[in-house]
Amino acid sequence: MTAAAPGPKTNMGQPVPRYDAAAKVTGRATYASDMPLDNPAYAFLVTSAIAKGRIDRFDLDDARRVRGVIEIVTHENAPKLKESKLFSNGGYAGTTIQPLKSAEIAHDGQIIAVVVAESYEAAREAANRVKVSYSAAAPSATFDSPGTTTAAAKGQSSQFKEDPKVGDFAKAFDAAEVKLVASYETPTQHHNPMELFTTSCAWMGDNLVIYEGSQYVYGLKNGVAEQLGIDADKVRVVNPYVGGGFGSRGSMTPRTAIIAAIAKHVNRPIKLVPTRDQGFTITTHRAETRHEIKLGASRDGKLVALRHEGAEVSSRSDAYCVGGTKTTTRLYACPNVDSLVSIVRADRNTPGFMRSPPEVPYLFALESALDELAVKLNMDPVELRRINDATRDPIDGKPYTSRSLMACFDEAAKAFGWSQRSPQSKSMSDGDWLIGYGCAATCYPTLMAPSAARVRLHRDGRTRVEIAGHEIGTGAYTVIAQTAAERLGVPLEKVAVFMGDSDLPPAPVAGGSNSTASTCSAVMMVCDQIRQRLLKAVMPSDSLADKAKETVGISPAPSTQAGKGDRPLEIEKAFDALGVGVVEEYGEWKPDGAPMDSFRAMHNGQVRLVGGHQMKDQIAYAFGAEFVEVRINRFTHEIRCPRLVGAFAAGRIMNPRTARSQLMGGLIWGMSSALLEATEIDERNARYVNDNLADYLVPVNADVPGVEVIMLSEQDDHINPVGAKGLGELGNVGTNAAICNAIYHATGQRIRKLPVRLENIEL
Amino acid sequence: MAVQALGAAAAANESLTKAAAQPLAGGTTLIDLMKLDVMRPTAIVDINPLARAWSAIAPGGDGLRLGALARMSDVAANTEIQRSYPVIADSLKLAASAQLRNMATLGGNVMQRTRCNYFRDVSYENCNKRNPGSGCAAMDGVNRMHAVLGTSDQCIATYPGDFAQALIALDAMVEITGKAGTRSMPFAQLHKAPGTTPDIETALQPGELISAFSIQGRWPRSVYLKTRDRQSYEFALSSAAIALDVQDGTIRDARVALGGVATVPWRAREAEALLKGQRFDDGLAQRVGEAAFADARGRRHNSFKIALGKRVVARALQQAAMMEI
Repeated sequence: MTAAAPGPKTNMGQPVPRYDAAAKVTGRATYASDMPLDNPAYAFLVTSAIAKGRIDRFDLDDARRVRGVIEIVTHENAPKLKESKLFSNGGYAGTTIQPLKSAEIAHDGQIIAVVVAESYEAAREAANRVKVSYSAAAPSATFDSPGTTTAAAKGQSSQFKEDPKVGDFAKAFDAAEVKLVASYETPTQHHNPMELFTTSCAWMGDNLVIYEGSQYVYGLKNGVAEQLGIDADKVRVVNPYVGGGFGSRGSMTPRTAIIAAIAKHVNRPIKLVPTRDQGFTITTHRAETRHEIKLGASRDGKLVALRHEGAEVSSRSDAYCVGGTKTTTRLYACPNVDSLVSIVRADRNTPGFMRSPPEVPYLFALESALDELAVKLNMDPVELRRINDATRDPIDGKPYTSRSLMACFDEAAKAFGWSQRSPQSKSMSDGDWLIGYGCAATCYPTLMAPSAARVRLHRDGRTRVEIAGHEIGTGAYTVIAQTAAERLGVPLEKVAVFMGDSDLPPAPVAGGSNSTASTCSAVMMVCDQIRQRLLKAVMPSDSLADKAKETVGISPAPSTQAGKGDRPLEIEKAFDALGVGVVEEYGEWKPDGAPMDSFRAMHNGQVRLVGGHQMKDQIAYAFGAEFVEVRINRFTHEIRCPRLVGAFAAGRIMNPRTARSQLMGGLIWGMSSALLEATEIDERNARYVNDNLADYLVPVNADVPGVEVIMLSEQDDHINPVGAKGLGELGNVGTNAAICNAIYHATGQRIRKLPVRLENIEL
Repeated sequence: MAVQALGAAAAANESLTKAAAQPLAGGTTLIDLMKLDVMRPTAIVDINPLARAWSAIAPGGDGLRLGALARMSDVAANTEIQRSYPVIADSLKLAASAQLRNMATLGGNVMQRTRCNYFRDVSYENCNKRNPGSGCAAMDGVNRMHAVLGTSDQCIATYPGDFAQALIALDAMVEITGKAGTRSMPFAQLHKAPGTTPDIETALQPGELISAFSIQGRWPRSVYLKTRDRQSYEFALSSAAIALDVQDGTIRDARVALGGVATVPWRAREAEALLKGQRFDDGLAQRVGEAAFADARGRRHNSFKIALGKRVVARALQQAAMMEI
């Protein structure tokens, strides 16, 4: 075992190498834009240079003169598309702002023309020669900009159902022995996956194939069909690999349907490769947020009152909202809780999911505030969390299915060397560097959604698993193959998994960290159907069939035990008894509590996520604790983070290697979110300024010399058949607060606005 | 050496005399700017065939000669340069990424253009550098990375490089080859502060190429200190190239150049004057830092660079003074 492939503890799978590892590092993995097209034309986008106003006139003469130009599409000649509703309103779209529909401009970088040419270079050249005359109006950029409107999220966004409250916050806060009131701010951020926001659309008669990196092939298929006004069965979305999603490919963006319609019009397959900077405005982003936290506590550290007020910026047209108070009001035991989330509307593109949508900004506020309270109480911040650890959801009183928060704190503290920390701020240094230690909690709801799967077993053990899941880099192929191999008792190398194709049985969006639990539960169930058929063949009597049901039926127990049953299945004997060459089963799995329309919605590309705090009698979250060391140069004030240590518990760990990789990436991103990443907005014109990877900073290797991931053994029999909690979005929550807490420890300076840059440090 | 190369250069010069023709060496800036539609050359002249004659890395007894087509990584890895000119080796090593340093040449490096976002985004009409007389979007825009020294009412774009600070600190000469032959000038005269003509960035005439750089003497007591948002692959928020000649505890000669804070490679001569003839102490280092930024002028987001720059100069001086030669 190595650091990269940790030895499995209890209730963990084997750390088998990633199925697609060699293909990816040698460039053989085919991403959407690598798919060969027959005689394609190339599209290049023209995007608006203003954020608000209208287009008066296009001058296309120069552009049309570029050799190889086939067509230039603007709102004046664009194919008409049907509208799509926002995903949260029963639609598929991440924004309802539809480009090329009219002369109106709703945000910076809106698609205003599509140039189609014989080559990418010709299309780009012509796009650069398109001249646009605008009538610009003064846009509202962000918080505090003139012209924004603010209103409570509840009531305007079906995504945001409730401002959690319990007890009497005002009274308890008034009477509290120790009080804290503090405001926090997080910036606009963009996902910037390596794979650009490309799409390729090819028609074969009335049938459309879309090659596009998507986290939800069924959503995209149904959404594009809706916009084109065609039968969804005529649309197929294919993407065996996705070059990073992070939420940016979860909902349909406006680019796809328009490219499909233009491809039909010019009667050629079209390949669109937008630029990196266009990716900042033609998709979604994490909105900037503001928070006010009020904490009241007794002198011995017991929380008596907690209020979290959050505000998020959205577009004029769409009330997108992450509303993380559903998590922050439930993390700690507190009898009097109040919360309120508001949406501020500005002339911006609609924000969207970005890993981990609610928790990253909202826990920054809460976990910073906890640290501030610990300082006020002169208490170790780990102990403050221990005192307020909860076994029940404080809002609804439901028990946690499992909760290893303090075990994570203890494991991580030990590995980090927290006991070496001198409690006073400004008390540790090493040469030119001031040293600070900080910590914070992380948590993420355990979510699941209905999923289908088809499994085919050959007599010699070869197995084919088909499921329209998504390999967004998490290791989905690998853990699904492991699940099938284990459940059927066949060697892993005999299992082939097919995903990323909407012609396969439907799987949910690869979002909300639900994929592993959902797809593996479906695969487990279908493998059991196969086992049942085989067992019935070799155990024909009624009593034995009942026995078979009992031992191989879907069970909440972890797959290792339930999968094996009480006797080995002799596959060849069973095939002979059945007299067939192949056994194939299809099945549809849904989690407990899934709504009545779940399976219909699944086929229609609409997600029905359940879990988290919305379970009927329980509440399910994964937990972790993160510890960081920051170093601040006393001369230059540069902030560096030499050590990140995280301990996490997330039910069954399907594959410690791929899980570690997810959590490690999360820790790095969490650090980045605190110290580097911010999309700068020019407030005069509501435009993004640093829209490229040279200026939108993400960490390089030199920034992360030490990252340690510890996975705790945890068993949870209440969540799903696999027993797994989603962990993809667990790693990057809380890190931002841990960093600021460490900066306080190093400098005595509390920084409440991200990202922290050297000019924010005053020594 | 340059004379031998002129045969090859002649063909190049013919194209280069056309205003819109551009030489291509490593291509690490030109290709980017062409993709962004900022630079629209009608012809590109590949000058890499000159590399055989123009990529000398020649430290000698009385000085150093560097060919303009030497690659950044090769120069940074040269042990004699690391020993006798650490400020040069470090300025190269701390620039860009390993991949870029393998491609980029010294001549191209000093000619790299500003990273001003408004310059690099052609959807902004108002950029005096791109469209003379159109105004400056950065002046009241997002200008955290912009210059506080050498600015004008027309332009505050930062000169982004690192190596140039080492050259200007060491009084390098730049050798320029054109149709009329070869001429030399102080490197300090190569770049033009924006003034009222930010579109004119250097003293190079159409058709001229930088062929080499030369430096007199050795500067073993020299450092390049670079401050930036991340640990690698990032432009300087503030940097200092320092070279000292210390004899028996007295500073006989001192050089202070600044990066990341000025519109051109910047030599802080008034600050240097404070050092000459003095014995080093921390108070002196701080006074030098103050003097180096005496004329600095900040804007909305970049004023921090003034205080930062002073500390960077002071710290770099301390590091140079403490070096064991």
